[in-house]
Amino acid sequence: MSFEWIKIPYALLTLFIVANYGFLLTAVMAKIAARVGRRHGIPVWQNYVDLIKNYGLRSSITHGVMFYLGPVFRLTGGVGLLMFVPTIYGSEMFSNMSFAGDLILALYFVFFGSLGMALGAGESGHPHSAIGVTRGLSQVTAAELPFALAVYAVAVQYQTLSVTEIVAAQQGGILHWTLFTNPLAVAAAMLSFLGSMMRPPFDVVLAPQEIPIGPPTEYHSSYLALMQTNRAIFPIAKIVIYMNLFFGGAASWPVFFLKVFLIYLVSVIVGVVFPRFRVEQSIRWFLIWAVPLGVAAILLV
Amino acid sequence: MKDDFPTPPVRDELKKRVVETPDGQTIEIDPLRDYYCQSAPTVMPAAYSKIVEGLFNWARAESLWILGFGTGCGAIEMRPLMTPRFDAYRYGIQWRPTPRQSNLFVISGYLSVKTLKRVIRSYEQMPNPKYVVGLGSCTINGGMYFDSYNTITRLDQYLPVDVYIAGCMPRPEALLAGFEELKRIIRAGKAEGANQYAEQFDWYKANQKRVIHDWDMPDYNW
Repeated sequence: MSFEWIKIPYALLTLFIVANYGFLLTAVMAKIAARVGRRHGIPVWQNYVDLIKNYGLRSSITHGVMFYLGPVFRLTGGVGLLMFVPTIYGSEMFSNMSFAGDLILALYFVFFGSLGMALGAGESGHPHSAIGVTRGLSQVTAAELPFALAVYAVAVQYQTLSVTEIVAAQQGGILHWTLFTNPLAVAAAMLSFLGSMMRPPFDVVLAPQEIPIGPPTEYHSSYLALMQTNRAIFPIAKIVIYMNLFFGGAASWPVFFLKVFLIYLVSVIVGVVFPRFRVEQSIRWFLIWAVPLGVAAILLV
Repeated sequence: MKDDFPTPPVRDELKKRVVETPDGQTIEIDPLRDYYCQSAPTVMPAAYSKIVEGLFNWARAESLWILGFGTGCGAIEMRPLMTPRFDAYRYGIQWRPTPRQSNLFVISGYLSVKTLKRVIRSYEQMPNPKYVVGLGSCTINGGMYFDSYNTITRLDQYLPVDVYIAGCMPRPEALLAGFEELKRIIRAGKAEGANQYAEQFDWYKANQKRVIHDWDMPDYNW
């Protein structure tokens, strides 16, 4: 297999666009959530200022090697996820490093960041970090189950493990989207999506007001800045997978921006309406409502 | 450091001891050495380039993260700032639950000696540069608690204070005005409280130990 070196600058360009879009989008979503509470919320450029401020802090302390590596793993999860799925369908420039079996790799990368974070936060030694990580891993595992089932249903439906081919099969009108050809799988995956976006009702991991922000309790300055960068990239990368698998992909950047915004908005709307689940409630909720949908999707394909 | 105050007795759980771990090893634990950092604070220089430091100062001013620690009754004035009526988030002011991530400590009102101890620990855990805002008359001269037996009267003898907001209670508008004043000071590069604390460390510690009688922590714990 020959490798074209020009892919690397192309992939970095994708990363640059997605990161900036992520920063603006998370701020816009925070503003939307604030408007629901009749506030105006942070300015749209606030994320950039916070980032510069965190890099500009003068003192930073470490708790050990894994404490360093935690945010790095987290960012690797986000960037790696983005690198191995095609961002823009049919574009040579923005199809990144996608290859025949990238769907499986993407599934792995979704989980990678949480595991890295667990190791890093564990070494920080703060009890709130340990509690947050325990909750996070159990909830992410439960939420991953319906998503994995939905992905297998889609893979069986299109008889391929390549994201590009799945997108190709959905072209030719809105009715060719997986959303309409396999609604059960999409339903299961969207329920799982709610669980992985760190918003209510599934934000017991961070749980402000209860275990003050959970895993990142001890993280500050550059570590926190790395994690903020990941908070901008990772949701977008995850939404790119959802968009490619279920909503027909995107053939150009404007379509990409619109679809990502709308998919993100789903979790925000659910988040501002519903209060927080406890962790055992959320796991039960996933097992009762989302997993059967995923199983049914596989059976019916 | 001058030792003109009696050394308090060390609590039992802070004494050196030998424990057996769940997997059968025998280890020695010295809580004051193992659980805390021992090194004293140092003066952290600004960025080498003036332009970079200017950029950082601007970012620090526009991104004030307040430690969510209400030390006195003045904390009640923070809630209107978070909620729709005053909405301080518009000005880049946010609340963080952990000292590691905050750079602004609002001492909200009277400070009892018991709270002062926790305030010092939280303040020392915040990363440099950090700012302190004294809220209400109590932090300036004791206010209505001026002759109380267990509150401190002048905050700036214990921590370097950047801005005082007078009043009892100051309204949320006064707080916003105070934060704007703090932003001006930060942008001008004059909010170096953390470095001042490091330079005058002995003086601050002596003052703190004079009022805190059950001092059972290391001199600096970050």
